[in-house]
Amino acid sequence: MSTKPTNVEEIKKELIAKMPTKVARKRAKSILPGTEVGEPIPEIQSNVRTIPGIITQRGCTYAGCKGVVLGPSRDIVNLTHGPIGCGFYSWLTRRNQTDAGPDGENFIPYAFSTDMTEHDIVFGGEKKLRAAIQEAYDNFHPKAISIFSTCPVGLIGDDIHAVARTMQEELGITIFANSCEGYKGVSQSAGHHIANNQIMKHVIGTKDVEVEGKFKVNMLGEYNIGGDAFEIERILEKCGFTLVATFSGNSTVEDFRIAHAADLNTVMCHRSLNYVAEMMETKYGIPWIKVNFIGAEASAKSLRRMAAYFEDQELIDRTEAVIAEELEKVKTVVDEIKPRTDGKTAMLFVGGSRAHHYQELFKELGMKILGAGYEFAHRDDYEGRHVLPTIKIDADSRNIEELEIHPDPERFKPRKTEAELAKLNEQGLDFKGYEGMIGGMGKDAMVIDDINHYETEKLLEIYKPDIFCAGIKEKYIVQKMGIPLKQLHNYDMGGPYAGFNGAINWYRDIDRMVNTKVWNLIKAPWQADGPELEATYVA
Amino acid sequence: MALLRHTTGEIKERKALTVNPAKTCQPVGAMYAALGVKGCFPHSHGSQGCCAYHRSALTRHYKEPVVAGTSSFTEGSSVFGGQSNLITAIDNIFTLYDPEVIAIHTTCLSETIGDDLMQISQKAKDDGKVPAGKHIVYASTPSYVGTHVTGYANMVKGILKGFVTKTGTPNGKINIIPGFCEPSDMAEMRRLADMMGIDITMVPDTNGVLNGPMTGHYEMYPNAGATPAEIAGMGDAKATIGLGRWATADGVNFLDAEFKVPGHVMGLPIGLKATDRYVDLLRKLSGKTVPDSINFERGQVVDLLSDYSQYFYGKKVAMAGDPDQVLALVEFCITLGMIPAYTVTGTAGKYFDERMTELLKDVPYDCKFKCGGEADMYLLHQWIKNDPVDLLIGNTYLKYVARDEDIPLVRHGFPILDRVGHQYFPSVGYSGAMRLMEKFLEALLDRLDRDAPETRFELQL
Repeated sequence: MSTKPTNVEEIKKELIAKMPTKVARKRAKSILPGTEVGEPIPEIQSNVRTIPGIITQRGCTYAGCKGVVLGPSRDIVNLTHGPIGCGFYSWLTRRNQTDAGPDGENFIPYAFSTDMTEHDIVFGGEKKLRAAIQEAYDNFHPKAISIFSTCPVGLIGDDIHAVARTMQEELGITIFANSCEGYKGVSQSAGHHIANNQIMKHVIGTKDVEVEGKFKVNMLGEYNIGGDAFEIERILEKCGFTLVATFSGNSTVEDFRIAHAADLNTVMCHRSLNYVAEMMETKYGIPWIKVNFIGAEASAKSLRRMAAYFEDQELIDRTEAVIAEELEKVKTVVDEIKPRTDGKTAMLFVGGSRAHHYQELFKELGMKILGAGYEFAHRDDYEGRHVLPTIKIDADSRNIEELEIHPDPERFKPRKTEAELAKLNEQGLDFKGYEGMIGGMGKDAMVIDDINHYETEKLLEIYKPDIFCAGIKEKYIVQKMGIPLKQLHNYDMGGPYAGFNGAINWYRDIDRMVNTKVWNLIKAPWQADGPELEATYVA
Repeated sequence: MALLRHTTGEIKERKALTVNPAKTCQPVGAMYAALGVKGCFPHSHGSQGCCAYHRSALTRHYKEPVVAGTSSFTEGSSVFGGQSNLITAIDNIFTLYDPEVIAIHTTCLSETIGDDLMQISQKAKDDGKVPAGKHIVYASTPSYVGTHVTGYANMVKGILKGFVTKTGTPNGKINIIPGFCEPSDMAEMRRLADMMGIDITMVPDTNGVLNGPMTGHYEMYPNAGATPAEIAGMGDAKATIGLGRWATADGVNFLDAEFKVPGHVMGLPIGLKATDRYVDLLRKLSGKTVPDSINFERGQVVDLLSDYSQYFYGKKVAMAGDPDQVLALVEFCITLGMIPAYTVTGTAGKYFDERMTELLKDVPYDCKFKCGGEADMYLLHQWIKNDPVDLLIGNTYLKYVARDEDIPLVRHGFPILDRVGHQYFPSVGYSGAMRLMEKFLEALLDRLDRDAPETRFELQL
């Protein structure tokens, strides 16, 4: 392996050298070196506006709300109120899998839209929205309908919440609306927050039933892309946990309704779902811990913490047995593959948790992370939750409703006493804790928030990593440079990558990607460097 | 259990709800058209999501890099107008990405607040944000009017408006405006003209841009597409041919009205008859003779058709797609002896109904067709539920219907997310007709082989 430049400051200078002064000044605050474990973590600029004209990885608020959070719910009719485009583009592109069973409802393969035309923009779209809800009800008889507003809807002022309210009264099913116009906030992240608020207000805790099972948990921020949730479900069941609800992979509205019956909330994607975890703790008294099921060791660690929380020796023993059994399978594959991946290098610029989680899997293959960053994270995702009180709320964040949550007069039930929580915390449960991405990445790693195309191209030229992780928009740009790209938003055609079987899938896919011969075929024999050789055949 | 398990044959009238649309919005078409100009950087004036979605959709379909800028609207820009965002964007784009041209299109957001691209572009020039020799072209593409096909047409016209001039000295060339089709289709249209020795200008031309080679280097502006200088010369051409009424009529009429370049709008040259019309028009406009090499290819199509018509004859087909595409496919299916039983296109237009009626007048079947807002794939599926067909033709989203109803699917149109080939192999021209026939035949015969009882499992055709 050739020596790579490791001076982050010099590389940073190169990244911003050609940018207009104002742009360079702004971007400089979003580029940092990583830190060693235990070192103080510097402040990084994040969750700020994208610079107009800069080719960005980011999407919009609607994409976060409909596409990410509510899209994977299988029995809700997710109705996009707007011109046809937004509904069309959020149709099945995230590879959210679901198993509806023989009789279960499944609206995931459908795209519902009010398909607004000029007439609706000029005269208002409420009438059409009402009619569309009625038609959705008449044709599909869903248990719930969720409405998503797109950019022009916010401008013309359709009151989608009033329409939802009146139609709910008329039809007697749950109907709620999300004001998730694309221009709100600075990235998809605003849409996650909006969706969570509405699920919290309209769905969670709307049904009280006795849920069977001794160790009841919810999984928050897991979207079942490429079947991740299926693998996590398999493991939890094997250990003896009862999964009440997953937000929102392979989920149903009925699961959301009874989610307050769980005794522990586990958070996979901190960025998209920490809000629900926080609100449910305040309202129902359910503690939460951050977990990570990406990476075999990370999965084992998460399972151990979950088992420790319930303080039941039988559960702890069973969990240990499952971990031992699963890790043995994993080890066989790692032993086979690691010699081929050891020492290779990777970069990840994606999402709002995935750029962190997937580092575990690369490390298990002996690969080095040269750089990473999030597309739509906030400072706490980088620096850890302890910085939350110091984050300045700007105008763009202020546009997003902040719910005032109080303990539910009937349903609030602290799962553990303060003393019990403190004791468990000491044992390493780390309630409400997330240490963020930067700590432990090492000083020679680049941390870049909201990386743009220009910076990506420069980084690739400088570092030439063996693999780059981003999304579909970046994929072929990177591959044209002869570097394989693994999509981490929808995994290309791969997955699951969560849990133990997922880890094995990942090892095999990465082995294939960094060791495939295709990248050696780019030059034709006559294009090879060096002087032309002449030879004669001597018999 | 079915994937589209909630779809039943009971058809209830819908006026407000679109389910599984057979169309998408204007800007994605505009972005695609802009990529057919050499050195061009598409820019989406609106929120980030639009640009991200359009880049993703085009990338997933072509499996090639698609870059574009966005004005990155936040709430403030939506209230106070997007002028400052756009001017900043133009400055940043020329500084960092150094394109020859920026092609700006609007979104439903910037249209609703009433941003005027002509005025903002002028201001950018006045403020010195457009370097000497560089260009800005633009098109108004509100998503609540028309579809991706309309957006393509609008950007084509925007490009022509931005560059075409008339020197008064005829250049003897023929302008070709291809409809919303594949880079491979554009290459094939050009190949036919080349075979006849005709000098053409093709705008847009995405061949080499969205089906480029692997070189180990990323080129933001591949060495392909129509150059601004070539486009400028279109005002001095002998004639313009537009292939696809919805996608090209505006551009053709613009050149006719502004520069007195006589325009001819025809359908996409898909299938035998449509290709005949294309070649014949080229012949008449250029005064050139159709070479034997073209007659040879045509003869091969007829040969293939005569050899295998028994497998096509009487087979019922359902299709969804763009009107320019499906009208041509319907004609070709009829030529093959098939019955285009059900056809939907999300793009509206009176001509669709007229032309379908004309095409179907001798087809011995009560064929159903519909265009516009209510013509979605849900309706198509309901029709099929009530009376199945032998073959489906349409984009990837039809694969759910294909699986549920156990009907073979030939992928055609936009977007195709789960197969490759469309970028490289044309479906227009005589070679395209042969490829389509092969695909139809494969689909029908694979089904025949799969379902045949052992006693009738045949080794030969």
